[in-house]
Amino acid sequence: MADFNIRTDAVDVEQIMRQIRARIQEKRGVDYTEQQIQELANVKLERFLDPKGVRSDLVGQFKQARDRKLEPFQPEQYGFDATMLYGSHRGLIRLFRKLLNPFLKLLFNPNPLIQVLHKQTEINALYEKQFYLLREKSQQRDDVDVLYYELVHNLVLELTRVGIENRNLKMRLESLSSRMDFDERRGRALEGVVQFRPGTGPAREPVRQPARAFNPPVTPTPRPVAVPSQPVAVSPSVAVSPPAAVSQPAAQSASSQAADAPQLPPGTGTGTDDQSGESGTVRRRRRRRRGRRGGRGRTPGEMSAGGTPTEIGSSGDSPTPPHGDPTAGAAFEHDDAGPEMEADSGSGEDEGPEPSKQ
Amino acid sequence: MKLAVVVQRYGADINGGAELHARYVAEHLSRHAEVEVLTTRARDYVTWRDEYPAATEQINGVPVRRFPVDHERDVGVFGRWSEHVFGHHHSYLDELKWLDAEGPRSTALLSHVRSAHAAYDYVFFFSYRYYHAYHGVRAMPSRAILVPTAERDEAIGLAISPRIFRGVRALMYNSPEERRLIQAVSNNHDVPGVVVGIGSAIPDRPQAERFRQKYGITGRFALYVGRIDQNKGCKELFSFFLNGLEALPRGLQLVLIGKEMLPIPKHPRVRHLGFLDDQDKFDALAAADLLLMPSYYESLSMVALEAWALGTPVLANGKCEVLRGQCIRSKAGLYYETQAEFIETLRAIAESRGLNAAFGANGRQFFQRHYSWPVIEQKYLDMLHRLKEEDGKGRTWGMEPEPGFLARRRRILRPAVDVVSELPSGPVLN
Repeated sequence: MADFNIRTDAVDVEQIMRQIRARIQEKRGVDYTEQQIQELANVKLERFLDPKGVRSDLVGQFKQARDRKLEPFQPEQYGFDATMLYGSHRGLIRLFRKLLNPFLKLLFNPNPLIQVLHKQTEINALYEKQFYLLREKSQQRDDVDVLYYELVHNLVLELTRVGIENRNLKMRLESLSSRMDFDERRGRALEGVVQFRPGTGPAREPVRQPARAFNPPVTPTPRPVAVPSQPVAVSPSVAVSPPAAVSQPAAQSASSQAADAPQLPPGTGTGTDDQSGESGTVRRRRRRRRGRRGGRGRTPGEMSAGGTPTEIGSSGDSPTPPHGDPTAGAAFEHDDAGPEMEADSGSGEDEGPEPSKQ
Repeated sequence: MKLAVVVQRYGADINGGAELHARYVAEHLSRHAEVEVLTTRARDYVTWRDEYPAATEQINGVPVRRFPVDHERDVGVFGRWSEHVFGHHHSYLDELKWLDAEGPRSTALLSHVRSAHAAYDYVFFFSYRYYHAYHGVRAMPSRAILVPTAERDEAIGLAISPRIFRGVRALMYNSPEERRLIQAVSNNHDVPGVVVGIGSAIPDRPQAERFRQKYGITGRFALYVGRIDQNKGCKELFSFFLNGLEALPRGLQLVLIGKEMLPIPKHPRVRHLGFLDDQDKFDALAAADLLLMPSYYESLSMVALEAWALGTPVLANGKCEVLRGQCIRSKAGLYYETQAEFIETLRAIAESRGLNAAFGANGRQFFQRHYSWPVIEQKYLDMLHRLKEEDGKGRTWGMEPEPGFLARRRRILRPAVDVVSELPSGPVLN
């Protein structure tokens, strides 16, 4: 919080509030009100994206509405002639009208009136038919409009869903991509930190210079004397495992590790001969092949199934370093043990299946 | 000069805003004139139940005459009438029924006002929205001085209010925002009025350390004083405070003083001390880093003025235009409207010593200039002298008559909320 050094008489509350609001806007971007945030938070996306709302028979409905046949129109037919003027269902009246008809025609000529009315009847029938057709068309249009509305609505929903899925997939892709980059960097870092004792691998096959950031100390630290009562040079799990309790494969593995440790004096429980009979270069090649096949390595459980107690304290037993931080793995390797221990752990991890072969 | 103060409740143990306001005014004016208080026997502002004895008594040297209330308030009926007149088209008669349902209806009090109005030179009516004020002012408009204590709520949008705002002899406003609100709703610019507010009995030497030791409070704290009620914005205050704890200054506590009407969240940094006496309250105000005023509706916040008098900055709810205006005019506090603003303004006051000191000094100055008792008393006396002079000119005063039998039954009045929404808002800066 920046201090406000303002003179007493120069305090401008509105100016301070403007500064505070500008600061909030910088932090938060668009300055929504609390009410707007609540409204946005309360909108349930599922309500709009419910696939149950999409009808499966929409196409059928469309076809039905479009192909609906209009019923033939039967307008009310009524003619108009002289009989309608003078006719009656009562015979007496009909007789009187007939008798007095000449007298009526003497007073005026009803024929033009009858003709006009007849014409009007025909016109009315024509209009009635037209109105009927229009009404039917309009009804048909309304039905189709409802379906169009539903179709557009569904399209909008589907587009929204697709948009959201697209965004999710993009995010997943980015996540996977970054994870893959991390794995590649981690793999390279692990390859770079593998150290070989003088006279073994590096003498026959030059090791690629590892990345600088993950380069462990190159000065070979003298390995402490591995007196059984002082197992300080190995991890605690190794230290607490008495040699007599080690299983056969574990003992073999341990002996193979001991072959890589010529500094150890005899009588410490580890032999100096290489039981596998393979050179460091061959082992290294095999390790690389397995590394390519095996991906990220084994889980701690798988490693302990290998049977070597040293694997427990190896790098394979470590928790996965934080995602996206390539230096985390390297730092872990540095923290775990020195360069000699890296060689041990590497051999322990890759040579786990060895006892089964033997 | 003989004056009367008419208020809905009155008592040394009543701390409601308008009631306390009335008591302070009566006690201070009694040094300059003969003052009598006319009030009801009610103590509870919800039910108006008669609790005080009917006899006349003296409170801090001021005679108080109490009258019985005709009926207690039926909360259900009042709620229904409120919903009707605030939210629907209605008639003038509906508003009168709403006023009757709100109470406190005291026929005896109004009869006394009508019969004895000649015995008083002027009568101060407090709180325009109550039954006694509306009918009392109508009974003696030429001597009625209204202290409206109006807020921006729905009641100001009713049609019965503008008539009395236009018909009284004078108005004593609490804030410029209140004056603008009333003038906008009633167009009573020709009625004499002055922005006065209210003072407070600020102790000379508040003992902050004594308060801290008594209640075991160490470290910095923000203080809230008042009824702990949702209507006072306390729910929002709890939400803002607890949600923003991580961003707030480390160790800052929220100390609450007042009657609990709302469940208070259980949290180690929230402390409720209950209802305290004035000495503890002032000591707490002096000890606090800042005073929080989360209320949405205030016509005048006395506790904010007291905090300023003691040099304590105020952080107010910006949605309340009166508090916002006071903060801007006093240059002694900030205001917030959102969670983010609450955090940032609280941090600004609590963490910036320069700003805190400047606010404190400005608050003292603001209180002394506008709200110290000599200033308040002088404003009241000036208004009384002005009215006395106008009376000497022989001008007559009258109140607009109420609508006739049919007119008052016509449902032509708009919902009060619609009227209020069209009124000008925001702080008055000039």
